[in-house]
Amino acid sequence: MALTVKINGTTREVDAEPGTPLLWVIRDELQLTGTKFGCGIAACGACTVHMNGEPVRSCQTYIDDVEDAEITTIEGVSGTVAKAVQTAWAELDVVQCGYCQSGQIMQAVGLLSENSKPSPDEIDSYMAGNACRCATYQRIRAAIGRASELLEA
Amino acid sequence: MPIQTSRRSFLKGAAATAATATAALIVGFAPNGALAATGEGNLTPFVKITPEGKIIAIIKHFEMGQGTTTGLTSLIAEELNSELKDVDFEFAPADNSRYANTLFGAQGTGGSTAMANSYLQYRKAGAAAREMLIMAAAKAWGVSAAELKLENGVISGAGKTGSIAEFVGAASALSPPEDPTLKSAADFKIIGNPARGRKDTPAKINGTAIFGMDIQLPGQIYVAIIRSPRLGGKLTSFDASGAEGMTGFIEAKALPNGKGVAVFAKNTWTAFQARDAVAADWDFSAAETRSSEEIKQDLLTKVNSESEFSATPDADLQDTLSALEGAAQVVESEFYFPNLAHAAMEPISCTIEPTSDGGVVVHDGCQFPALTHPTVASVLGLDLSKVQINTLLAGGSFGRRANADSDYHVEAAMAFALTDRSKPVKLVWSREDDMRAGYYRPAFAHKVRVGLDEAGKIIAWDHRVAGQSIMKGTAFEQFAVHDGVDHASVEGAADTNYAIPGFHLGLTDLEPSVTVLWWRAVGHTHTAYVMESMMDMVAKAAGRDPIDYRLELLSSGTPDQKRLAGVLQLAAEKTGWGQELASNRAQGVAVHKSFGTYVAEVVEISRDDDEVVRIENVTCVVDCGTPVNPDVIKAQMEGGIGYGLGAVMRNEITLENGEVMQYNFPEYEPLRIYDIAKINVHVVPSTEPPTGVGEPGLPPAGPALANAIAAIGPRVTMLPMTKSGVEFYWA
Repeated sequence: MALTVKINGTTREVDAEPGTPLLWVIRDELQLTGTKFGCGIAACGACTVHMNGEPVRSCQTYIDDVEDAEITTIEGVSGTVAKAVQTAWAELDVVQCGYCQSGQIMQAVGLLSENSKPSPDEIDSYMAGNACRCATYQRIRAAIGRASELLEA
Repeated sequence: MPIQTSRRSFLKGAAATAATATAALIVGFAPNGALAATGEGNLTPFVKITPEGKIIAIIKHFEMGQGTTTGLTSLIAEELNSELKDVDFEFAPADNSRYANTLFGAQGTGGSTAMANSYLQYRKAGAAAREMLIMAAAKAWGVSAAELKLENGVISGAGKTGSIAEFVGAASALSPPEDPTLKSAADFKIIGNPARGRKDTPAKINGTAIFGMDIQLPGQIYVAIIRSPRLGGKLTSFDASGAEGMTGFIEAKALPNGKGVAVFAKNTWTAFQARDAVAADWDFSAAETRSSEEIKQDLLTKVNSESEFSATPDADLQDTLSALEGAAQVVESEFYFPNLAHAAMEPISCTIEPTSDGGVVVHDGCQFPALTHPTVASVLGLDLSKVQINTLLAGGSFGRRANADSDYHVEAAMAFALTDRSKPVKLVWSREDDMRAGYYRPAFAHKVRVGLDEAGKIIAWDHRVAGQSIMKGTAFEQFAVHDGVDHASVEGAADTNYAIPGFHLGLTDLEPSVTVLWWRAVGHTHTAYVMESMMDMVAKAAGRDPIDYRLELLSSGTPDQKRLAGVLQLAAEKTGWGQELASNRAQGVAVHKSFGTYVAEVVEISRDDDEVVRIENVTCVVDCGTPVNPDVIKAQMEGGIGYGLGAVMRNEITLENGEVMQYNFPEYEPLRIYDIAKINVHVVPSTEPPTGVGEPGLPPAGPALANAIAAIGPRVTMLPMTKSGVEFYWA
């Protein structure tokens, strides 16, 4: 059925069945493939997008529930926090395979938007649901610290 | 040049000029290994310089995160005196005759060999391109090539300056030098430079990187496969009526190899939903029916019996056994290592696209084109020349994507062949498919008995290993199996660099059960754990410091021993080894050589009043020869440590009646950000040839953790550690 989604600042018409996870609408219908499929059960965080500015797992968010919400994906994330996070990610060469990194970045932007100077424990607990099998965690932690510095400057 | 008078020869001349002006300079190798360039037949491009002067490295290995696109591009940039950021890369096509991994003789990535086999090859291609551009400029300017230099895309000298773009066309008409002069190490600007700047970073932080799972082609349909719930079952029938009428469901068809049902749909979600609505019946008569517990007991029985093969043919088991009998004390232990899944972040996918000439393009994060290319051609009944491979980024692999059976490529090709071959077919795996489709790190057991004399010196080491061979029955058997011994089952133990008197290692194969595969660091994942745990247990029994004890066994002066001792001593120094620690803290050490690289690691843990263990610090010292990209090396050590520790801490694939009991991440909990508080990596400066870094960080991590835990808690020999009662910190 025809539905509308407000995504990355534009309103898009999509054809999707009720109950379809937002993830698959984003990836297969809107062809925004920066948002990744990792587990389908909100256990890895690879599919993290922002709904009204807050990180959500798009694999467990249904298309029927987002009609009035503003969705932002890695392709559309912007603003000072996002810029600081992406700059820090580049400076520290956080990525390895890179598959989880869209989700890591969306989650990190969520953290720094709420708390611009998180402690190491706060970083660990906020990022705990975002898995990285390449184990880039050390650099994720450092990059969040670096982004926090950039925001302060 | 004579003046062209006839119209015919004028045109010919003009065409030649135009061709020269627009030709790119392509440098690579002919099939006989000689350098070859633009215009020469049978050229394999390694570097391409466009008429605009853009330098592009052609990458023969795939990128799964290990940094090969950065590493190989660095070699080209170095020899062409360019900045790394100014050189682009492209993946090479599948062509086994031209892009073979020189250590395998076949095109493929694995065994931490990408840099080791490419180091001189890529530099030679880059150096030849440099010399050809300079030669072209020297000719144009009428000066000697020796007066000119090329730097950052500009050729200068003898009072002249010009962009390489001006000389690409002329250079492309030259023959490459037979033996170009490589830059001397003293002049390196990129090789060994600790600056960051991975070539794949920009696309991986803004969502534009395209992985196999991201391929979207016009008209593409999707297919999900129903596989036997028990490993090895055969499809007897299926009923798709539950999926009929589902919007977006296309059809369901049996795979011709009896291994499953292909469920076609218009998008990924519908393919997964429709699959759940299709019922399938199976013949389990040839399927695995055992449980992991039965297999474990079988393995432990095997290591307590006489071994099937000797992996140390020069050693006499009877000598070892009699020395053991005369020992002042015997230190012994059994070990068990469960099956492990690779569980890369990107579930498997593979897309097959028809081309207008009746061929196909395989879109895949393709690790081993030498296997995939002929496999797909054979399933589809096509000539090799009709099958192209478009290598995409892979969201991890850890060995899973290089498979002698090419399991997922076969599925994709069979599914495509079930259609009318008019539309692209994208095979999609869910996380559950990825976790449950087999090809695991084989389960292994070890039993070791070490005899010590009165002075605490080793006089006998009786080591027995049992597990399923990865290589037997595959195309790799002839290379990896000798006298019955699959080297991948015993590597890192049978070839230990410790000078151990009375060392004997026996191997017994497990009858094939689950499908098995190399898993990051392969045999070293268990042999290093056993060797390095035993080393600590023996040092303790001898009343010696574990590092001193190891150094003594590494003191006979072989090059391997010197480099192992070197990283071990540096690790001791960096961690202040031997200093008094708080009573709830402990350090554990391990050192191991794998894939040509020497790594020592020290893990420091804390243990609280509830006996919860936290990994506070991991210090790693790595000697991988010439460090090409030191920061990539650090990243690979960090990654190998994390991947290895996560597995020994809490991962296992288990079977009940032949059925895998893990479905998704909650039952196979990956390492999380809070698991390791800190990692410090030190890269040893070296001028030796570069060796592997993707795997060698992993093997010492597990035993170093085990040794740290044993210092203030239990000695864990049955993995995973959580199953042996160790509780780890979590946020």
